[in-house]
Amino acid sequence: MSIFRLRFAIKPYLIQIAFSALNLLGLTALSLYMPRIMRDLIDNGLARGDSRLIIQSALLLLGLGLLTAALSGLQRYLSEWIAGHVGYDLRNKLYDHIQNLSFSFHDHAQTGQLISRCIEDVRAVQNFIGGSVVELAQLVFLIVGAISIMLSTNVTLTLIGIIPIFPMVWMTFDFGNRITAMFFNVDNRLGDLSARLQENVSGVQVVRAFARENYEMERFDESNRAYYDARIRVISTWAVVMPTTDFLVTICTILILWFGGSMVLRGELSVGELVAFNAYILMLAAPAQQLTNLVNAAGEASAGAQRALEVLDTPAEIASPAEAVNLPALRGEVEFRGVALKYQDEKQASLAEVNLRVAPNQLVALIGATGSGKTSLVNLIPRFYDVTEGTVLVDGVDVRRADLPSLRRQIGLVLQTSLLFSDSIKANIAYGRPDASDEEIFAAARAAQAHEFILGFPEGYETLVGERGVTLSGGQRQRVAIARALLMNPRILILDDSLSSVDTQTERLIQEALDQLMEGRTTFVIAHRLSTVRRADLIVVMDQGQIVETGTHVELLARGGLYKEIHDIQLSG
Amino acid sequence: MTTITHPAYVTQSEELYDKGLDPQVARRLIKFILPYKWQLLFSAALMLVATASSVIGPYLVKIAIDDGLNAHNPLVLRNTALVYLAAAIIRWGFIYWRVKIMALVGQSVIYDLRKMLFAHLQRLSLGFYSRYSVGRVITRVINDVETLREFITWAVLAIARDLFALVGIIIAMLTLNAKLSLITFITIPLMVLATRIYRRSARLAYRKVRAAISWVNSVLAENINGIRVVQAFSRQTHNYQHFSQVTNRYHLQTLLHAAKVAATFMPIVDILGALATAAVVYIGGTAVLGESITAGVLVGFVLYIDRYFDPIRDLSRRFDTLQSAMAGGERILALLDMEVEVNDSASALELPAIRGDVRFDQLSFHYSDDPTLVLRDISLSVPAGSTVALVGETGAGKTTLVKLLSRFMDPTSGRLLVDGHDLRDITQNSLRRQMGVVLQDPFLFNGTVKENIKFGRLDATDAEVQAAAQAVGAHEFILRLKNGYETSVEEGGVMLSVGQRQLISFARALLADPRILVLDEATSSVDTQTEQIIQKALARLFQGRTSFVIAHRLSTITSADLIVVVEGGSISEQGTHAELLAHQGKYFALYQTGFQE
Repeated sequence: MSIFRLRFAIKPYLIQIAFSALNLLGLTALSLYMPRIMRDLIDNGLARGDSRLIIQSALLLLGLGLLTAALSGLQRYLSEWIAGHVGYDLRNKLYDHIQNLSFSFHDHAQTGQLISRCIEDVRAVQNFIGGSVVELAQLVFLIVGAISIMLSTNVTLTLIGIIPIFPMVWMTFDFGNRITAMFFNVDNRLGDLSARLQENVSGVQVVRAFARENYEMERFDESNRAYYDARIRVISTWAVVMPTTDFLVTICTILILWFGGSMVLRGELSVGELVAFNAYILMLAAPAQQLTNLVNAAGEASAGAQRALEVLDTPAEIASPAEAVNLPALRGEVEFRGVALKYQDEKQASLAEVNLRVAPNQLVALIGATGSGKTSLVNLIPRFYDVTEGTVLVDGVDVRRADLPSLRRQIGLVLQTSLLFSDSIKANIAYGRPDASDEEIFAAARAAQAHEFILGFPEGYETLVGERGVTLSGGQRQRVAIARALLMNPRILILDDSLSSVDTQTERLIQEALDQLMEGRTTFVIAHRLSTVRRADLIVVMDQGQIVETGTHVELLARGGLYKEIHDIQLSG
Repeated sequence: MTTITHPAYVTQSEELYDKGLDPQVARRLIKFILPYKWQLLFSAALMLVATASSVIGPYLVKIAIDDGLNAHNPLVLRNTALVYLAAAIIRWGFIYWRVKIMALVGQSVIYDLRKMLFAHLQRLSLGFYSRYSVGRVITRVINDVETLREFITWAVLAIARDLFALVGIIIAMLTLNAKLSLITFITIPLMVLATRIYRRSARLAYRKVRAAISWVNSVLAENINGIRVVQAFSRQTHNYQHFSQVTNRYHLQTLLHAAKVAATFMPIVDILGALATAAVVYIGGTAVLGESITAGVLVGFVLYIDRYFDPIRDLSRRFDTLQSAMAGGERILALLDMEVEVNDSASALELPAIRGDVRFDQLSFHYSDDPTLVLRDISLSVPAGSTVALVGETGAGKTTLVKLLSRFMDPTSGRLLVDGHDLRDITQNSLRRQMGVVLQDPFLFNGTVKENIKFGRLDATDAEVQAAAQAVGAHEFILRLKNGYETSVEEGGVMLSVGQRQLISFARALLADPRILVLDEATSSVDTQTEQIIQKALARLFQGRTSFVIAHRLSTITSADLIVVVEGGSISEQGTHAELLAHQGKYFALYQTGFQE
């Protein structure tokens, strides 16, 4: 079971675990001792009329009861403590691993899935370690203890009494095997239901516009029905197992009563012993009933562990090498040497035979149709993906040899959709340099044409953005993102020039901000606007993953190739 | 351990809110169960018998000891064992049927409830969706209903069973020996007191745990969504520090605090149990010696004490489930109570096949929660088949205008007529079936490209789907995808570019072949070739139908039959491109600054 692979998680807490086991042993011993008190009370105290023994028994029961209460409270805290810490460590580990996994992993991963691994799956493991492991240990202690005491009292009666326990254990394990698969099914059906709902709500405008409500209701009903069926299947099994366990426990008592009673009548057993015997059998039976739940929890935890390990086992393909070159301040020279790139699961290579050399401080405009490889090309510079063939060099150093933070901190990135975090505007601008001074932050915001509108908010730079703060318009977000990149003072800048949803005036503001940003750095622009393209020192025309033309605006127009064609279309449009 | 301060929103979430038994909420929730009242009553009856057969156990042991063993009567011993066996068999059957029936009822109620919620969601106006996030809707329909399911299927019966058992045990104890029973019952007030104290602190403690986990959740969600920015800015170390030392540690702290609370209370029940047992043994034991009770009574009694504390322990635990079920139930009811703003009137007619004449007649509009007029006195006549370009600044009211046309909301005053029918007199479905809407950011469903196009007309054949894709120029790129038309587009269509998503949504609208088309032109710039294809596709889309375009591209605007300039909620100018230029008004000014390059 995958849960065993999580040994590393409990290693730091071996002392606490040992202590907890010791405590548990004490608790079990106490509960095993209780029936003896009752036996002595009946056989010696009551039968012989010893009133001193009665007081003694009552005091003993009280004292041991108090001790049991104290130990079980301690036990509960201890196991929660261990489980809490294990869960904490595991969640940290998952988080750190996830945030270091490469883009190619995140391209295919679903956010919801990853979150549920960090939360639900860790919780399942945590619950198991906190509750069920303890119960399991107690169960073993109890079974061994109770059976040996019973055997020492009366072998025959023991053997008769524990007969129903065997089918019970068998049934429990069999149930456990089946129920894990069933629960897995239930979880999946609920996941489907939730996905269907999520999609319907996200696409509500389309659904309404096409008057597809009834169709959507039918589809939802399918999932709703499937979930219903999956649940009913689980419960139908449970409905058999639950009363059967209960029944078998009762059979134990009846067997003890019948055979033990006959022994008492024959004088082979005392009444007190019989009562104690019954108590021991019940002691065995109760945990055996719990076994059903335990097996259940173990299955759930194992499934959770498996899912968590799946993430941890995914190698972070892109990481600094062992002897990484710590890049000094860059001049900003970028070279692609025979570069090819093929994403996993893709049929065709996204880049092939790319050779390009960019001198420091040059402005490079990349143009070409959607899917021609512009984004793929620039993503190679901060090493978001690794090339399939060839080399990408920055200041003559292969990016695969460079220390990643030292490379990425010198590259600024402004994407088409500017993602901000729910934090203050100030913290968002300082995202790449949390230690930046207020002056530096204001200066960056000013240069990005963002200072004015930020001060327009009642709380200025402390204004919260994101889900729980103010909603910034697309143009405002973009300018904050530009300020964020500016503050990094990157040597190499990558811009996705497609501005969406902004009016003409905002567009001009952003353009000014970008011009500011591009000055004195090596800049790669995925360009759509002729004005940007025209100014570029180097225009790179891409088609189907290859560079088909390079040159300046004048050169390329003179050549009369693809660039001229695009240029003419745009002018006439 | 240092105390960690969490952001304020962590404790403000409505998911954390819980409450006790609210009779009004409970009454309304019970209504959902009413259709199954006979099944419920039947299973309650089954449970009563099953509980009785369980309570009888220790009593049988007592008879066996006193009348069988101590009186040396093997016959009594045998009969007791047989009765016990019979009781066990009956119990098996009764539990089986009870569990099964209750599960069916619980599951059916949940199924009904989800169905009702979903149907309601299909009717709620778009205004609702702008206030209520996707996440919240999902929490309502999935998580809250799940809590309620657990409550109905397990807790309701468990509470009933515990109460039955408690009553049964108390009766049995009183029958066995009144004096010993009273001694045991002394612990009840202590128990009640302890439970009350525990419940208050436990509730607080667990609320903090839930708040902490939702904080962890939101930090995770944000950082995984923004992973590209995180890595681009090399923030991993910093973020890890924050996560492990603040967010995740806060969760650990709340967890440990809750554990402490539980660890303090749980032993109290054990202590009271030990007290009761010791008292019974002492007083009862002395009584046996005085011959006023038998040894069997004493043994039976001690067995009952054990069983007596079980339901009490269980009940105090169930109270938490009850609380969260009530809170969840209330949130579900609040969602069901959300008013449907746009309703078909009782006398609404099916709109027959239309030509596509559209007339806005002195129409004004403001939102129900804000009296500021968004549209003022709009009058506009559009003959069937013409293309109308709506231009104006962001917030001028263009979007509101077309939303009224799709009847996503109703005008505050004035009328909107399609082929002479007031929109309020016809059914929404019959209107929308003849309308097509293309949004600025085209939404694609998780499914294949083909399924997404077919959403426009479910019964379309593959050939028709391809024809539509061909007409808008999407066929070529679709064929280049990994599996052509069968390529899955994944969550929100992330595998496709903006331009490609647009083309697919065009094909979808074309396949629906609406008489009236509403199109919100995308503003994001795409590469030149795609742009050209889109221009052609638009021309094809507008052909032969009335089209309203919120236009950004100059080419779209100039080729329109009618240009309508919207300014501050009213129409300031209308006419053709040439007319409006000659007029030298607002349009002329907009034209000069350039709509889009």
